[in-house]
Amino acid sequence: MIILKLILKNALRHKLRTALTMLGIAVAVSAFGLLQTVVQMWYLGVEASAANRLIARHSVSFIFPLPLAYRDRIAKIPGVENVTYANWFGGVYIDKKQFFARMAIDNETFFDVYPELVVPKDQLESFNRERNACIIGEDLVKRYNLKLGDIVPIDGDIYPGKWEFVVRGIYRPRDKMTDPSNMFFHWKYLDEQLKADWPERAGAIGWYVIWISNPSDAPRVSEQVDQLFANSSAETKTETERSFQQGFIASAGAILTAMNFISFVIIGIIMLVLGNTMIMAARERTREFAVMKTLGFKTGHLIGLIGGESLIISAIGSAIGLALTFPITEGFATVLPKGWFPIFHVQTTTLILACAAALLVGLAASLFPIQRAVKTRIVDGLRQLG
Amino acid sequence: MAIISIAGVSKSYWRDSLEIPVLRNITFAIAEGEFFGLMGPSGSGKTTLLNLIAGIDRPSDGTITVAGTDVTALSESMLARWRATNIGFVFQFYNLMPVLTAFENVELPLFLTKLSKNERKERAEFALEVVGLGDRIHHYPKQLSGGQEQRVAIARAIVADPTLLVADEPTGDLDKVSAEEILKLLERLNTEFKKTIVMVTHDPRAADKAHVVKHLDKGELS
Repeated sequence: MIILKLILKNALRHKLRTALTMLGIAVAVSAFGLLQTVVQMWYLGVEASAANRLIARHSVSFIFPLPLAYRDRIAKIPGVENVTYANWFGGVYIDKKQFFARMAIDNETFFDVYPELVVPKDQLESFNRERNACIIGEDLVKRYNLKLGDIVPIDGDIYPGKWEFVVRGIYRPRDKMTDPSNMFFHWKYLDEQLKADWPERAGAIGWYVIWISNPSDAPRVSEQVDQLFANSSAETKTETERSFQQGFIASAGAILTAMNFISFVIIGIIMLVLGNTMIMAARERTREFAVMKTLGFKTGHLIGLIGGESLIISAIGSAIGLALTFPITEGFATVLPKGWFPIFHVQTTTLILACAAALLVGLAASLFPIQRAVKTRIVDGLRQLG
Repeated sequence: MAIISIAGVSKSYWRDSLEIPVLRNITFAIAEGEFFGLMGPSGSGKTTLLNLIAGIDRPSDGTITVAGTDVTALSESMLARWRATNIGFVFQFYNLMPVLTAFENVELPLFLTKLSKNERKERAEFALEVVGLGDRIHHYPKQLSGGQEQRVAIARAIVADPTLLVADEPTGDLDKVSAEEILKLLERLNTEFKKTIVMVTHDPRAADKAHVVKHLDKGELS
């Protein structure tokens, strides 16, 4: 009890110094939280991947199409439960800053393979009935104030022309990691337009999504798919959805690694800041520690006193920092171009990491002052001035 | 009957490879209930000898027995426990915790005992009454005069009812009036509360209060 009282009173002995140290920790924890959030949001697609899904794309690049005819042959491979496909549509909605994924999909199978996209049954039926219908994520509803029956006009770029889609469904992400800002429409609608305007581009899809019954079959099924189309004009590269998503972010890998590294460097810096404060505080109290030892207080009491003060400063600074992380992250998300990150919020892992870092910083910063206080002989401590 | 027995005690410090002898073969005893004064010039080893008696330093040679315990044979942890119950220390510069009130400073050593909160409160208030600061219990050290701070330090030294009170130049930092008050208080603790007191001083007026005075010079008793 008295140790706790001394910890609190000692922590407030130099109010300005303690406040500045806490502020430093708070700023560092907020920066750590923001950087970690950015890194984690980049990896969101990877985290959201299903173990049962494989992606088959053109072996050269994702931008080259595959024939629709591959679907039935893939479906016959043992272990394959369902096969669907999609095309990246691109296009511009309002202006080029309004980014969200627009994909042409097979309306009959796509939502079976993506059960995390939850569409009300009546809306799905309505979508299936209408060729130029689309289903949008609930984030787009909020972002653009859209509702069922609204027209979404898109200026085509990959597929030139003025395209108009009617909102017939709104999907809700089942999981926190699922992107709530996609737009899906009928591949058949796209294909019909292509047959009319660019017949040489018709009958092609962007990639296949293969649902396998057992995730452990993934290597075998992937190999069999690729063997099936080896030496054809459109060879495939099949991999797990996770690997596919990782391939997307590989180009930014160095930047992400640097950001991750910097976020931990920040933790190192706050450790030094707090360590410096604790060293100064312990040095000033050398004589008091000696008096306490004279009175009969033991090493454990001094460890509790110094370690406790360090932890309490670290904990309060970190709590302020964590509380600030949420508005800072939200503010950061608003200045980013729309759609850069479909989901941008602080993850539980970031909070756990920040708390663990605060604990580690608090403990590490007190090690040297504790060692000094414990090792100083009483008679030397009593001679200390100030 | 001797409460403190010092036999053949020597103490040296090492500075690099140079041995600096501070005390040489000291042997004497202090009777229970005595007010013992230790005088000598600066650097004579008075404080070192007091520290050895109080168990906050260890001799290079010899034994020190206080109230039947050979303090030179105790481990650091045992020595800490022993000090908590047997020694009350009064420093020249008071050494109060600046962040604690007079009451909290006096109560501090009692946290090492098994006393209840109420018992601690009663004891601390009584100790402050004894030193005449019953009306200053919620004052912080910086709100007290030097003499009052030293009285709080004395209250802290006696609150756990130790066997022995050791005082290192208790009047060394005080004006004449305050010094006289502190000496009277120590005298009262010796006569009224039967406390054995070992006091280091180089103030002859302080030494006059002691029943027995020994002189140290260059580490040897004279």
